[in-house]
Amino acid sequence: MSITQERTNSIIGTRMLRREDPALLTGEAKFTNDLVIPGALHLAVLRSPYAHARIKSINVSDALAMPGVVAVYTGKDLRDAWAAPMPCAWPVTPDMKNPAHFPLALDKVCYVGDGVVAVLANSETESRDALDAIDVAYEPLQAITDLEVALSDKTIIHEDLGTNKSYTWNLKVEATEGAVDEAFKNAAFSVSERYIQQRLIPMAMEPRAVVAVPQPFGGDITLYSATQVPHILKVMTAITLGIPEHQLRVVAPSVGGGFGSKLDVYAEELLCVALSRKHGAPVRWVEERSENTQATIHGRGQIQNIELAADKDGKLTAVRVRLIGDMGAYLQLVTPGVPLLGAFLYAGVYDLPVAYDFSCTSVFTTMTPTDAYRGAGRPEATYAIEVAMDALARKMNIDPYELRKRNYIKKEQFPYTAFSGLTYDSGDHLAAAEKAMGHADYAAVRKKQATQNVAGARKRLGIGMTSYFEMCGLAPSRVLASLNYGAGGWESATVRVLPTSKVQVVTGTSPHGQGHETSWAMIAAEKLGVAPEDVDVLHSDTAIAPLGLDTYGSRSLAVGGVAIAGACDKVIDKARLIAAHQLECAAEDLEFAQGTFSVKGSPDKAVPLAAIAFAAFTAHNLPDGVEPNLEAQYTHDPKNFSWPFGAHICIVEIDTETGKVDVLKYIAVDDCGIQINPLIVEGQVHGGVVQGLAQALYEEAVYDTDGNLKTTNLAEYLVPAACDVPPITTDFTVTPSPTNQLGVKGVGEAGTIGAASTVMNAVIDALSGLGVTKLDMPASPNNVWKAIQAAQGGK
Amino acid sequence: MKVSITINGSAQSHDVEPRTLLVHYIRDQAKLTGTNIGCDTSSCGACTVHLDGEAAKSCTILAAQADGGAVTTIEGLATNGEMHPMQKAFMENHGLQCGYCTPGMVMAAIGLLNENPKPTDEEVRLGLEGNLCRCTGYHNIVKSVLAAANK
Ligand code: FES
Ligand code: FES
Repeated sequence: MSITQERTNSIIGTRMLRREDPALLTGEAKFTNDLVIPGALHLAVLRSPYAHARIKSINVSDALAMPGVVAVYTGKDLRDAWAAPMPCAWPVTPDMKNPAHFPLALDKVCYVGDGVVAVLANSETESRDALDAIDVAYEPLQAITDLEVALSDKTIIHEDLGTNKSYTWNLKVEATEGAVDEAFKNAAFSVSERYIQQRLIPMAMEPRAVVAVPQPFGGDITLYSATQVPHILKVMTAITLGIPEHQLRVVAPSVGGGFGSKLDVYAEELLCVALSRKHGAPVRWVEERSENTQATIHGRGQIQNIELAADKDGKLTAVRVRLIGDMGAYLQLVTPGVPLLGAFLYAGVYDLPVAYDFSCTSVFTTMTPTDAYRGAGRPEATYAIEVAMDALARKMNIDPYELRKRNYIKKEQFPYTAFSGLTYDSGDHLAAAEKAMGHADYAAVRKKQATQNVAGARKRLGIGMTSYFEMCGLAPSRVLASLNYGAGGWESATVRVLPTSKVQVVTGTSPHGQGHETSWAMIAAEKLGVAPEDVDVLHSDTAIAPLGLDTYGSRSLAVGGVAIAGACDKVIDKARLIAAHQLECAAEDLEFAQGTFSVKGSPDKAVPLAAIAFAAFTAHNLPDGVEPNLEAQYTHDPKNFSWPFGAHICIVEIDTETGKVDVLKYIAVDDCGIQINPLIVEGQVHGGVVQGLAQALYEEAVYDTDGNLKTTNLAEYLVPAACDVPPITTDFTVTPSPTNQLGVKGVGEAGTIGAASTVMNAVIDALSGLGVTKLDMPASPNNVWKAIQAAQGGK
Repeated sequence: MKVSITINGSAQSHDVEPRTLLVHYIRDQAKLTGTNIGCDTSSCGACTVHLDGEAAKSCTILAAQADGGAVTTIEGLATNGEMHPMQKAFMENHGLQCGYCTPGMVMAAIGLLNENPKPTDEEVRLGLEGNLCRCTGYHNIVKSVLAAANK
């Protein structure tokens, strides 16, 4: 298929400024908590102060007497409001254990922040004030914050399950039985590493907010929520509450970032809908930040054991991985699937023989549930293989880049069928890495390092790299079926040319900072030959865009954007029939370019799309069998995942006396295929890199042994500020994806996937001369200093 | 208690509880929802406005403390339908993604240039220390502020 790059006057590929910006820059944009809904009651939720406890009794009478309080509900009061427990859409194995989870706890609380009592009052302050007047008697039980302790089943969190283990999921692929064991036995070199993926708090700057507006007599209900997934939320809310799906409308107004944390169905969404129906009045809830850190999902949370076997040249011969996944107290929407999204990526970008042994066991703990956080499974996998590659290079005493070069899947091997059976669409890892090396001036840094990192030097220089693959474009529906996921992976688009020739694009994606309105208009404008300003993009309201699977997993462009191109093709096909009728020629004799149909060979016989649109609207003179109006709907189900890739390099200087890591330079060379809008692509990389770098250097959700979260707010949880991060050098290679007509791959998670291992490899590179070859994230001054002391003391 | 504050040039007066924060006064009483709330520890800067010409986090000030003062919010920056040069610079340099931190970031950035009209990259980064953004990685925010300074 010809790729848009070759076109002249292309709109695709230009740095068009975002149409979203003026409203956001002037305060005109409305986030959920900005909506003015007269007569709304305010919901506040009393949360458990214990990580694990039985609820002995709840006394709400004082709260009921508080000013402005309308009603108070316990979990038991509302038990009948739920037709089903809160949803988990991804039962990864047939025997997966999934505890019943309701919006308010019934007999037991299982993490600090678990909802216990709901208060409805006339104002937000009154609802919160009343929480203090509720008296709950708890019988505290043993908290479990250690994954290996959880696995021992000494204390069982969900007694009815009989175990803390949720599931074990295996992916063992061997060319011949025993190939993995054999490879390790015969390995010239091998490494066995253990890494901790610390828990992270997503911290979208907009906390969650919900408003449910019922129509007690009309019967319908509208749910406004700060969500990434209005479509999924609609289906799941209907099922959980047992209300007819067609009477529910879900709207995601402007949404202030998500990063996976708003890819969920939350207790407060269900409570607002249930209580608004009960009271026949709108109900609203807004999350405070210190509530957000406990009541909104966390990310990561894995113990990773990875072993690499290699021959004498360092060519990988087998990979073995054992994971323990921290589910937290309950399974949220896709919690159990997160580690599996990385399951195929622990061999990274390397040409591995069919000798791969992956197993993940996931456990319940008494901490906030985890779920997808930017990258979801893939940053974890990339981290493990890329940090382990550096360990292997150290063991072999060769340069880590040299080791990678010996193992890269080569450009000419694409499309490449991996050990897993998945096909990697296109790539050129060496080209990306060479470009990054050029920006870094690798040889010069190594030279400087040799003179700088001498014994006794206070400041040590380090350089680290990562080559990554991002499995995205979620997802081919049939592959999802084989992973037992509870839905498809398609995306829908409708394209409509209005009578005055303006265009409406309706998409099932649901942006929250990605600039879809701008990029989707560019795609439609390019396809239809109209000006981007003449294209409006409608989204995030199930009454306007009834079909969709929303925005996560870098899927929006690779699936939703391609759906728009497909819908444009259908519009053009239909317009062609009308044009042929008007020009009295055969449809095949027409060519369509720059928004005009013309007869091949006689360009003066032509009719613009605008005229066709009006003709389709009046329907006065349409060919037989052609319906009036110019509109088409198209659903794209991708044939394959898309495989963006890239190479990142980080240069750090570490003060060995304070342990402080200074990032001198960060270089990201990414390849996301064809870029619709490079301005937006760069922005996605910048933000993604900083989120990955933040995991490497700053962030960690810290729990004490009693299961109390110690980092409950932005003063304690270190989201980096501008002065904590470096400028980022971005560059690109462009390898179109052959599996979709736009040649696109997706870019939302790329930066995060590449960054954490890149930074940590640089940190360890700086310190390995001191004997530090292992360091858990975050590489905070304290952790770095301690590692140096331990290594030096051990000498 | 009664509090009188001039907001974006319009004199207003509302009854508030003594504990009302300026940010709630702006959002709930003055009904200007462009000023956002991102935290409860005065850490994020999403609520930054100008009080008597200086950038301030409106969640750290009681409405009562601003009595008699003049507040400018993000809604008050554009004149005659034209965005303020800082707003334009953010647009031209892709200094925002989800836009939630943006009103506060823009107000803080204007405050920064008022104090230091020609800052370096480093000075911009330090000057915006109190404003968090989760989307942009700050790269294009810094670029936006430098671009506005060089106009
Ligand atoms: S809301 Fe004021 S600093 Fe965060
Ligand atoms: S643009 Fe989203 S938080 Fe800054």
